[in-house]
Amino acid sequence: MPDWLNILIDSIAFGATFMFGSTGEIITEKSGHLNLGIPGIMCMGGAGGCLMLNLIGTSNMPGILIVLLGIIASFASAALMGLIYSFLTITLRCNQNVTGLTLTTFGTGLMMTLMAKASQTKYLNIPKKYFRFPFADRTDSLQKLGIMFFLVIAIIILAWFILNKTKMGLNLKAVGENPATADAAGINVIRYKYLATTIGAGISGLGGLYYIVDYSASGEAYKSLEAYGWLSIALVIFALWRPLRTIAGSILFGVLFSFSSYVTLIPFIETTLKTKPILQMLPYIATIIILIVSSIKNKKENQPPSSLGLSYFREDR
Amino acid sequence: MKVNNEKHNEPLIHLTRRAYMSPWKALGIRGIAIVASLIVSGIVAFILIEKLSANPERIFDFYKCFIDGSFSSEGMAWKFFKNVAILLCIALALTPAFRMRFWNIGAEGQVLMGMLGAIAVAKAGASLPNWLVLILMFLAAVLFGIVWAGIPALFKAFFNTNETLFTLMMNYVATYFVSYMLLVWVPSGNAMGIVNQDTHIGWLPTVIHNYFLIIMAVLILTGILFVYLNYTKHGYEISVVGESNNTARYIGINVKKVILRTMILSGALCGVAGFLMASGLDHSITSTSVNGQGFTAIMVSWLANFNPLIMIATSGLIVFLDMGGSKISEVFDVRGAMPNIIIGIILFFIIGCEFFIRYKINFRKKETVATNSNPEPVPVPVTDNQEANTEESNDEDEMPEIESSDEETNEETDEETNKKEDN
Amino acid sequence: MEERQIALEVKKVSKRFGQKQANKDVDLTVYRGEIHVVLGENGSGKTTLMNMISGIYFPDSGKIYVNGEETVIRSPKDAYDNKIGMVHQHYKLIELFSAAENIVLGMKDEEKYDINKINNRVSEIASKYGFIIDPKKKVYEMSISEKQTVEIIKVLYRNADLLILDEPTAVLTPQETQKLFDVLRHMKADGKSIILITHKLNEVMEISDRITILRKGEYIATVNTSETNENELTEMMVGKKITLNITRSDPVNPRTRIECKNLCCNSKEGLPVLKNVSFSVNGGEIFGIAGIAGSGQRELLESIAGLQPLTNGEIIFHNPKENRPVTFFHKNLKQIKELAKEHKFHYEDGSEVDLSGLRDSEITKLVNDEKILFNEDEIMNLRDKTPLQIRDLGVKLSFVPEDRLGMGLVGNMNLTDNMMLRSYRKGDSIFVNRKKPKHLAEEIVDELEVVTPGLSSPLRLMSGGNVQKVLVGREISSSPKVLMAAYPVRGLDINSSYLIYNLLNKQKETGTAVIFVGEDLDVLLGLCDRIMVINSGEVTGIVDARNITKQEVGILMTKVLTHDNQQEVTEEGGEANEGQQ
Repeated sequence: MPDWLNILIDSIAFGATFMFGSTGEIITEKSGHLNLGIPGIMCMGGAGGCLMLNLIGTSNMPGILIVLLGIIASFASAALMGLIYSFLTITLRCNQNVTGLTLTTFGTGLMMTLMAKASQTKYLNIPKKYFRFPFADRTDSLQKLGIMFFLVIAIIILAWFILNKTKMGLNLKAVGENPATADAAGINVIRYKYLATTIGAGISGLGGLYYIVDYSASGEAYKSLEAYGWLSIALVIFALWRPLRTIAGSILFGVLFSFSSYVTLIPFIETTLKTKPILQMLPYIATIIILIVSSIKNKKENQPPSSLGLSYFREDR
Repeated sequence: MKVNNEKHNEPLIHLTRRAYMSPWKALGIRGIAIVASLIVSGIVAFILIEKLSANPERIFDFYKCFIDGSFSSEGMAWKFFKNVAILLCIALALTPAFRMRFWNIGAEGQVLMGMLGAIAVAKAGASLPNWLVLILMFLAAVLFGIVWAGIPALFKAFFNTNETLFTLMMNYVATYFVSYMLLVWVPSGNAMGIVNQDTHIGWLPTVIHNYFLIIMAVLILTGILFVYLNYTKHGYEISVVGESNNTARYIGINVKKVILRTMILSGALCGVAGFLMASGLDHSITSTSVNGQGFTAIMVSWLANFNPLIMIATSGLIVFLDMGGSKISEVFDVRGAMPNIIIGIILFFIIGCEFFIRYKINFRKKETVATNSNPEPVPVPVTDNQEANTEESNDEDEMPEIESSDEETNEETDEETNKKEDN
Repeated sequence: MEERQIALEVKKVSKRFGQKQANKDVDLTVYRGEIHVVLGENGSGKTTLMNMISGIYFPDSGKIYVNGEETVIRSPKDAYDNKIGMVHQHYKLIELFSAAENIVLGMKDEEKYDINKINNRVSEIASKYGFIIDPKKKVYEMSISEKQTVEIIKVLYRNADLLILDEPTAVLTPQETQKLFDVLRHMKADGKSIILITHKLNEVMEISDRITILRKGEYIATVNTSETNENELTEMMVGKKITLNITRSDPVNPRTRIECKNLCCNSKEGLPVLKNVSFSVNGGEIFGIAGIAGSGQRELLESIAGLQPLTNGEIIFHNPKENRPVTFFHKNLKQIKELAKEHKFHYEDGSEVDLSGLRDSEITKLVNDEKILFNEDEIMNLRDKTPLQIRDLGVKLSFVPEDRLGMGLVGNMNLTDNMMLRSYRKGDSIFVNRKKPKHLAEEIVDELEVVTPGLSSPLRLMSGGNVQKVLVGREISSSPKVLMAAYPVRGLDINSSYLIYNLLNKQKETGTAVIFVGEDLDVLLGLCDRIMVINSGEVTGIVDARNITKQEVGILMTKVLTHDNQQEVTEEGGEANEGQQ
């Protein structure tokens, strides 16, 4: 495999981390909730999955079951984090920014503490193989396109389908656009908000597990998860709240980010170490530009959901 | 065609926005929340910390760590007040913007840029007199902070660009920009050393104690900002713009101008925080020098309801917990980030308890009486309740979830412990 | 006629909100295949009645029969189950969704969601009744009339046989109204029943089969359209004149204070809201503005206050300047003597100056010493001025807006801080001075008997009446030359209302030009000196409030202008104007 293809595939695999994170956040934001706790949720998704693998990773279970249980544990612990957020912002109507940031503080702290208890040989070295099915035996970057990579593509397509082709998606978008109107139309606003924020958190959390066990496959990987959580939030804006666009966006972000690791290897570009941070900065700059352009053009379809960040209290109207 | 009446009863519990609560009662609710959160922290720690689950009697040591963390020695106390001062300074910077309902969550980047400006000047001005370098550092820090806060403000004022997302992104641009500058200064990629270690050029002089000047500066700043926000025309305009754009228009306030002016102030104060950190503490910079305090400061400001004087207490609380958490890690030999967990839990409770201060939970038994005794006609709530309840056959509404204000602790506790069990 | 089937029958329905009786023993019978108009003034209880039929409110007493069967309607869904659907005045649509998406939103049928199928059904319904609509068009790209079409199709999509339309024509152009009426006639031919709420008598006469009139929440009559006329309807609608116990003094020394010439402005959607509005108001009079809600009253007052950009027209303010000294700015003695012919000169003590009795040198000395004074109005154009510029010009203009807590006051601030909203800029200090506002707050609380938990508690804790007292109190405290008040007694009890009337009267007596936008005709006729009636942004008449009947005002309120009689109206207005001066 030529180098450039190797790097590209690696970038795509890396981008899958953000695909999980931002698809989850898109679903959350479609219900009108800006969850800044995604970094913490992704951390806890990673921690939950790893702790489960820590328990069963070296057992005699079939590989597929190990993968499945890992994914379920990861999803469940992230969804529980999402539930804390939902309870505080939906039922108790707390400020979404403050709650989200607290969740990130809490989630990263808890993950650091929990991961320190897990043993790399148990949660990583053996389960890695199962996660990297079907390319586990390859030595190039193709090995990283494992089960969870296909899972996230499936999730994105499913999210796209639900949001655009079903009544449920229509209702969810209505809740995020104008909860009062949705309420008047007989949609159970509270239920939709809870479901979207909890399931969204669960999906985001899988990104943590994927990054630790599959893409990075290193015992130190969890320490950089928080940064990728923030990048996932950026990607939501970059993708203009459209699930399918997160695929393209993730690849771009992945290329820019992982490019910076290969920068010194590229022969035909005169580069130094200094370009690395500039390349890493580019995803954020691109996001800012998209944010500015979409606000100047003010095209309705490209705006955040109208009620994003606002609590809904039926009697306030 | 007949419709069944029984099915469409009003929900048992009904929420209304509370008009007023006495400050003492509100304080009481917050106090209960803090106590409850400390208990939950204890439970979480009990599960997480092996040395504690093995020796349950050491739980008292656990709580004692909080005090020890901040006040076990004079040096610790100085450190405590220094940490409070820095956090408070950043929170002060955010407060004018928050009062205007401009959600500036970019303090992390604004402070870091301020530090960068100060350090750059300190490096370049090593041969100049110290007082001049300090002034130039101050100006550079303020300028960098203003630029970093001003860019999102400009776009907010003229294109209504979402400021939350914009300022958030600016944080990371700042982080990588600093990484880049560090590589320019130290091409090897090693950490940057202490600037002017021998000459102490660009270092704040030591008066009484290393931290004394910083603490005093922030205290004075707190007073000034309190006066600015509450007793000046600018402060008054900020409040009006924050409350209602329509009213601002009605009395002829130029909303764009107020947004820009206030964000320039906010950025400048972030720059001041950066200056204090660069010249008084670190004398160096890394891309993580601010270490999340820009985000924590949001909590400090919000918890104090954007009142600079109360922010002294809220920043104190958070630093107290943070240092206590570190002490716990030390005493019980925990790897990881215990302070974050404890701060997280306590903040959840404090954030959550605001609900019981802002809303009143009415039990719907004397419904008819209540409606008739109401002096003002309030048709809207009635409408909406009927509209919604009838549509929902299975009542998964938000109302029944809260049984009474005292139940809050249990609700939260359950969630927390559930998660632990899951893991 | 008698054999027609009854689609809906409402018997003795009552509804009360707090102290206000919105409906009292109201009856209504609607036949299948008829267009039935419910007519009444603002606040006559029409919308409340309709909301009870469509399940938004539940009646306190009375019964509703649908197709002859007694029916309990507790929610809009119940109403739909009974094939009743209502199009509200404020559309509930999601801007980002297409027409079809909005139409199916929230429907709980088992059918699979297939947008193409839905689009086709929507088009089918549209073509059946003659609507023009693109089901794929997004709501934010739609005009108001298209949005209305979406709302109507939403009701038809849910198979309603009885449609309730709440003031559908209020937001439409005459052409759009005609199109809507064509659609309604198609529906009627299809056997659907339509209840239409409107104020516009010409439309009532054109479209309806029968008319039910409500007044102050009570049922007045039901008549066949073919057997009545506009005058009779107006009389039933407004009722006999009630004389209110409001004192009204004659204007003293009225001088033109503010002149509006050909004001035009557009709504956010770009539709004209004010069309060539011209009038002038004198100092020392109360100038009433009557009209159906939403006829352009808000825009008119906001454009005078500098909050609404005008597309055409001028606002001329005559700023009274008293006791200006005569100076040699007026060039020379000869010109000063000329000036004396136009204005009366006086000394500081008010006694008249007789120039002919003085020698030139004496005059020169007096002028140099600024001893000779005169009164003159300063003329200024307020068009395109911001509120701040207007204030800086020295124009004392006070404005009590309709939206008290959203515009005039800040609900989260305390009384003192609300007092300084208008005046906080005074002085060069960077600090605000709270002493005077606090004093003013105390005064207002004292004099206007404001009930408040305290000067430092936020305003939102106070009742509507007290909030209004605070607002009016603040606005008159600056001794304005022009005071504009939009619906100042809306939602207030009798005592508070009278207090406000008295305050306005006092302002009038001090020579202020008071502009009063009201909705209760009895109040307008009892309080004002002159009344301007506007309809759909046009002036339909300016009349002397002392010599006009309620019916006449009622007719002007609902009169639609063609270009011919517009001319006539302006002349009429001109006469009335001169009559006053």
